[in-house]
Amino acid sequence: MHTRRKFIKIGALGLGATALTTGAANWVVGAAGKPTKSSSNEPLGWRRVPTYCEVCFWKCAGWSYVTPEGKIQKIIGNDDDPQCNGRLCPRGTGGVGMYSDPDRLKTPLMRVTKNGEQTYREASWEEALDFIAGKMKEIAAKHGPESMALFNHGSPGKYFTHLLNAFGSNNVAAPSFAQCRGPRDTGFELTFGESVSSPEVTDIRDTRCLVLIGSHIGENMHNGQVQEMSEAIDKGAVIITVDPRLSTAASKSKFWLPIKPSTDLALLLAWIHVLIDDDLYNKQYVAQYAEGFNELKEHVRDFTPEWAYGITTIKPELIRHTAREMANAAPSVIIHPGRHTTWYGDDVQRSRAIAILNGILGAWGNRGGIFFKEGIKIPDFPRPEYPKPAWSWQDTLNGRYPFAKEAITNTIIEASIPKPGMEHLIKGWIVAGTNLVVSIPLKEQLMQAMQSLDLLVVVDTMPMEITGYADVVLPECTYLERYDDLRATAHREPTIALRMPAVQPMYQTKPAWWISKQIGERLGLGAYYNYKDFKEVLEWQLKQVGSSLEEMERIGLKKYPRKTPVYIESGAAYKFKTASGKIQLKSSELQAAGFDAMPVYTPHPQPEDGFYRLIYGRAPMHTFSRTANNRNLVALMPENSVWVNPQVAELWGLRKDQHVWLKNQSGVVSNFSVKVRITERIRWDSVYIVHGFGHHHKPLTYAFGRGVNDTELISRVATDPIMGGTGMRGNFVTFVKTEPKKEAKI
Amino acid sequence: MRYAMAIDTRKCVGCSDCVVACQTENDVPLGFCRDWVKEVVDGTYPNVSIELRSERCNHCANSPCVRCCPTGASHFEDGGIVLVEHNKCIGCGACIESCPYEARYSHPDGYVDKCTFCIHRVRQGSDPACVSVCPTKCMYFGDLEDPNSKLVNVLKNRKYKSLAPEAGTKPQIFYLL
Repeated sequence: MHTRRKFIKIGALGLGATALTTGAANWVVGAAGKPTKSSSNEPLGWRRVPTYCEVCFWKCAGWSYVTPEGKIQKIIGNDDDPQCNGRLCPRGTGGVGMYSDPDRLKTPLMRVTKNGEQTYREASWEEALDFIAGKMKEIAAKHGPESMALFNHGSPGKYFTHLLNAFGSNNVAAPSFAQCRGPRDTGFELTFGESVSSPEVTDIRDTRCLVLIGSHIGENMHNGQVQEMSEAIDKGAVIITVDPRLSTAASKSKFWLPIKPSTDLALLLAWIHVLIDDDLYNKQYVAQYAEGFNELKEHVRDFTPEWAYGITTIKPELIRHTAREMANAAPSVIIHPGRHTTWYGDDVQRSRAIAILNGILGAWGNRGGIFFKEGIKIPDFPRPEYPKPAWSWQDTLNGRYPFAKEAITNTIIEASIPKPGMEHLIKGWIVAGTNLVVSIPLKEQLMQAMQSLDLLVVVDTMPMEITGYADVVLPECTYLERYDDLRATAHREPTIALRMPAVQPMYQTKPAWWISKQIGERLGLGAYYNYKDFKEVLEWQLKQVGSSLEEMERIGLKKYPRKTPVYIESGAAYKFKTASGKIQLKSSELQAAGFDAMPVYTPHPQPEDGFYRLIYGRAPMHTFSRTANNRNLVALMPENSVWVNPQVAELWGLRKDQHVWLKNQSGVVSNFSVKVRITERIRWDSVYIVHGFGHHHKPLTYAFGRGVNDTELISRVATDPIMGGTGMRGNFVTFVKTEPKKEAKI
Repeated sequence: MRYAMAIDTRKCVGCSDCVVACQTENDVPLGFCRDWVKEVVDGTYPNVSIELRSERCNHCANSPCVRCCPTGASHFEDGGIVLVEHNKCIGCGACIESCPYEARYSHPDGYVDKCTFCIHRVRQGSDPACVSVCPTKCMYFGDLEDPNSKLVNVLKNRKYKSLAPEAGTKPQIFYLL
């Protein structure tokens, strides 16, 4: 069983040399494809083709500029798009590197055993798709269609979700929930009845005070937010940043609170204490819109700044001062909800504390606080009703995580490992656009699950680590080579954006909508794919919202007039989306489920002597682990480094740029070494690395072996009992100065 | 007319978008760049500060590169933009040595290359690619002799510095502090 799915390195097969390249030249696409003098700066004959970016989830609308020779020369933001205002971030600007990457997946691959060795061979689409459909039918016959699951991220996810739903399964999970924004969304939903969505509805542009807690805007390059933070700086907003590291945002802040990691909740409670104790909270707002205030007041009575000082190392006067700054700005204040919030396992409660702070300051529904979004609903293309699955991902929870609103990756993984008497077993996975091997903690469980499957299909543009475990690898074309679903954004203004191919797909790659349709038709689900081409779907959908493909090809992005207010009109009645219609300072829902109704600070494990807390984060020129091979971006940052405080470096005798290996508390040593960066920007009890490096899959010819992958060192996970988020900031590392394998030999 | 640039270090997040945009706009070969971002850290934890600076050719008014060029390939264009005429350049590299900002590099095709202030865009009334892409809008490009320009306005109202003023090159990139 355990050797059935041996990891195969795709590059060893030398496929690159044999794969076909189809020239992109002279390929004319629709109205926008006509040679035009598209803007004053482009030479005659260039084409300007609308797209929206796929390098991250912000999905900025832009234009691909194609030369008469068919080369995508550059990608420029769409001036009309409020998400980017004509300015893409470095990743979007360098998005062409995804298209031109020489290491791309080029043709379908199927696992075969040759002379007792497992390897991949090239396959035709027909063959690969027939095989997948056959296996899915087998799984359905034996276990039911519910035994197929999908892990997804980004645009391809929607088509395979549709496939699985039509097939009879809703076991669809994305790491973006339980590994990322889940706790925030749950905490805000429990408090306000809704979360801050994506792009976040934070009114940073007009705020007078922005509080960031472990949220490093500027290093996380969520374009609109970065732009608005810059505008807020221009307008003189007070920025308060809580971070054990002097992040870029911290360096732009009036107040930087260099907190001891894992103690944020104590600081938040002390802030709430000060606001209530010093009578600084928004009394009229709380009286009108919130409930549970008296209980909250009682709850935080003892959480004084002096109490928090001993825990957080933040001086009491600084806690008081910053609380006053927030109150002075209120209601034009944002305690930013953050995005990647799976830290310590009590993350919903921390997010609740953040939500409560916003609540008692009156930020929700006020200018410069948190505004109400409005969007355009794009109707589904006509299709039969989906069958009702006999069981769903909720059944894999076994009574745990009662507030999980989305499927939890780890419980689906768990349900893929057969155990005696198990009712809900998963036997097949489709993995689309997410590199589970690098994005999911608890590697052993993942490996065990993958070994137990009857079918593992990976759809990606790149030979990511996960492809090495697949039975079938399907090469998706990049976003610059395909039509996709419309981007419909709910934000200050409702907008829709079109993505269309700038050039023909290279090699044998195909769009995900086509792959999904092909599998669907082979499964007898043709009625769910009642169109020849995705353009037909877009044409129909656009007609429903008063536009057309012709119009969208010309303008790329369409704005719709807003019909509802952006803020609560001063003092007006407003019903929050909670059960009672009021902001839940005290959560009766949590209480009823046996959790703390109001957040309580719990001490978390601290590193032993010689160990340092592993903090990870982002760099503005990279997204997750998907850009580490993008030649247009790696020049800016080819690898990560481990940030070490100079005092720690002296203690260990570390030199600048010295290579070290990292070993965590459980004895896990990093695959590769990493350069030491000695910097005053990091606390002495922590080290910092940028996520997304240390790829160990050789076919990623550039990224292979560069830097360290943080997730391989995250072997201890604190799971949030409320919604199943995997807290990943509780791992501690030490330095190994000589190559570990050599040590073992001696 | 005197083209110049002001860059707000309070807003720059060091994302290097300016570098990528320059590369795709000007076909700069991968592995080389005409602009780059520098991070300067000062102080001791927790009293630390960072300055992030997008750097490039300073289009100096007193340019050592123009002075030392043996063929006249390095020259001044309208508005004081320093350009290298690729056909005239013999790739001797004297200018690379003379530049106190290390703004020039040897192009694989045999000539010396550097920032042009995107003269091809500027002549058509657009901003240089780096300025027009910057998500934080931290860069201001314009004519120092136009009293109504945003550039002159920010320089009037903010403290600023230039790099290596001691070199006496009269650099035309100003960093707002």
